[in-house]
Amino acid sequence: MTLTRRLAIGLGLAASLMGTTAVAQDKMRIALVAKSLGNGFFEAAARGAEEAAEELGGTEIIYTGPTSTTAEGQIEVINSLIAQRVDAIAVSANDPDALVPALQKAMQRGITVISWDSGVAPEGREMHLAPSSDALIGQTIIKLAADHLPDGGKVAVLSATSTSTNQNTWIAEMEKVMGEYPDIEVVATVYGDDLADKSYREAQGLMQSYPDLDAIIAPTSVGIVAAAQAVQDEGKVGEVNVTGLGLPSEMAGAIESGASKSFAIWNPVDLGYTTAMIAHALATDEAAAEPGAEIDTGRMGSVTLDETNSAAMSEPFTYDESNIDEFKSIF
Amino acid sequence: MIRDFVTSREAILVAALIALILLVESRFSGFAAPGNLASVFNDTAILIILALGQTLVILTRCIDLSLASNLALTGMVTAMINAAMPGVPVVVLIALAIALGLLMGAFNGLLVWKLDIPPIVVTLGTLTIFRGLIFLVSGGEWVNSHEMGAAYKALPRFEILSLPVLSWIAIAVIAGFAVLVNRSALGRAFYAVGGNPHAAVYTGIDVGKTRFAAFTIAGGLAGLCGYLWVSRYAVAYVDVAGGFELDVVAACVIGGISIAGGLGTVTGAVLGALFLGTIKNALPVAGISPFWQLAISGAAIIVAVAFNARSNRKQGRIILKSAEHAT
Repeated sequence: MTLTRRLAIGLGLAASLMGTTAVAQDKMRIALVAKSLGNGFFEAAARGAEEAAEELGGTEIIYTGPTSTTAEGQIEVINSLIAQRVDAIAVSANDPDALVPALQKAMQRGITVISWDSGVAPEGREMHLAPSSDALIGQTIIKLAADHLPDGGKVAVLSATSTSTNQNTWIAEMEKVMGEYPDIEVVATVYGDDLADKSYREAQGLMQSYPDLDAIIAPTSVGIVAAAQAVQDEGKVGEVNVTGLGLPSEMAGAIESGASKSFAIWNPVDLGYTTAMIAHALATDEAAAEPGAEIDTGRMGSVTLDETNSAAMSEPFTYDESNIDEFKSIF
Repeated sequence: MIRDFVTSREAILVAALIALILLVESRFSGFAAPGNLASVFNDTAILIILALGQTLVILTRCIDLSLASNLALTGMVTAMINAAMPGVPVVVLIALAIALGLLMGAFNGLLVWKLDIPPIVVTLGTLTIFRGLIFLVSGGEWVNSHEMGAAYKALPRFEILSLPVLSWIAIAVIAGFAVLVNRSALGRAFYAVGGNPHAAVYTGIDVGKTRFAAFTIAGGLAGLCGYLWVSRYAVAYVDVAGGFELDVVAACVIGGISIAGGLGTVTGAVLGALFLGTIKNALPVAGISPFWQLAISGAAIIVAVAFNARSNRKQGRIILKSAEHAT
């Protein structure tokens, strides 16, 4: 090895060492504030944020939150984070309005403030990351059913109450994309009122009225569980697939029995990851929180802010027998 | 005797029930098939059991609005025990459910008996207390089907002579009630207390104690139903059977149990519950817009009650025969 080469390596090493120390000194600190500690959903989100921090490098995630889901507890946590001079606060709010003064104080101190999962009023944050959007949910629920019906078939929707706004919006969004599934026919929409017994009876009624029914889509956590139980009790596992939106802990039994092949809900790991990515981008001024801005979110692609500075992460994440065991203990 | 039956409340209800079933059959063939009727009966079993319990309470001029909350609390407790300790046999859990239900019913009964608080106030209070307790014991968490043991879920579904155990339990309760109400001193005391409490005292019946018995029995049945409900739908959460107390009262009223007390039969309560259960099962398959369903359920109740009011109306008693003609 020549002298010049050694010298070059030495210099390079020194430079890289200096580089790392420089980063360590002003390590980016992102606080991820949960609704409460000890909730599997938020623990999983924190894991996602850690993953993002590792990918970004030079970033530290401070996962914190109150011990019970109160706005007062969160305000205390936020005040202590302001005192610690963190670079960014990402909060899933227990109350959209009560946190605003504390968060405004944080923003005045130059801290990047965003809300995720459960939003804060626009004046209290720079942007909000919703887990999903109505359109994406609508598209997902029909896709879940269609994926298991390659030759088409009859599906029915089991909703909550006939007046529940979010369910109706999702169903309307679903109907908008029905053109993409010409072989699939939505034969009925029934309402289980988010009561286990009524949903069960409605699901039974659907199977009686449409003996060749192929799938029941229930975009409600009570309905999907009740429908899966009804399918099981009618001995129609394998004939009628129950899908929609549900929680892994509640649907594990239905996946196990085969009454449901797959269902969807937001993935907390992805949500935490995306939140950390966005907080980092805003805190380093790589991106600005303004309507129409597109923020890169690593492996999750990117999000686009709407006129209220809100963005939707992605379509809900699909759970099936391959990943249910991993998630059923989380939330 | 035959004429008595034909004009009786029960006969009208049987006719209405048959008419209803035929009407649904005309819109959805297969509804009146024996197999389907059996499944309607099975689905209504819990309502029948609770309506019978409520019947006793209403007979004594009281009302129990806490039955559904009682059901939900015992259901949650048995589900949580089953999830935490899968080794506990189901029979023990059922016994525990009944015991817990009896305890809650007795609590209602004691307040009505010893403190003389109006039953509607007592049970409105315990309705929310029991619901609140579910939140306290569960922390708002669900108990899901995969956490429950196989035996826990299987019992009500197990078929004997092609009828599920759930139906057999309802049949046993109906039979037990027929004996209790018609053939026992306590059963007759319920009528006496509701019909005329003052007269009942003179015949040596303790009004408060009889009411206490009615509340306790109703509570025990609600406890039993708690297990049955949770294992049937394989899920326990805070809002289980929310609003079901009103269905139970409606079933009694349709069945001709007089809210004023002292009037009503076991057959009536069973038929009232079956009528309501048939409507509940018919609406999803009858192809009626869901927006109409609630209105139809409600209208059926009012029609039934209107019938009730007409048939129960007492003729004014003529005190002075001569005065009637004098004017």
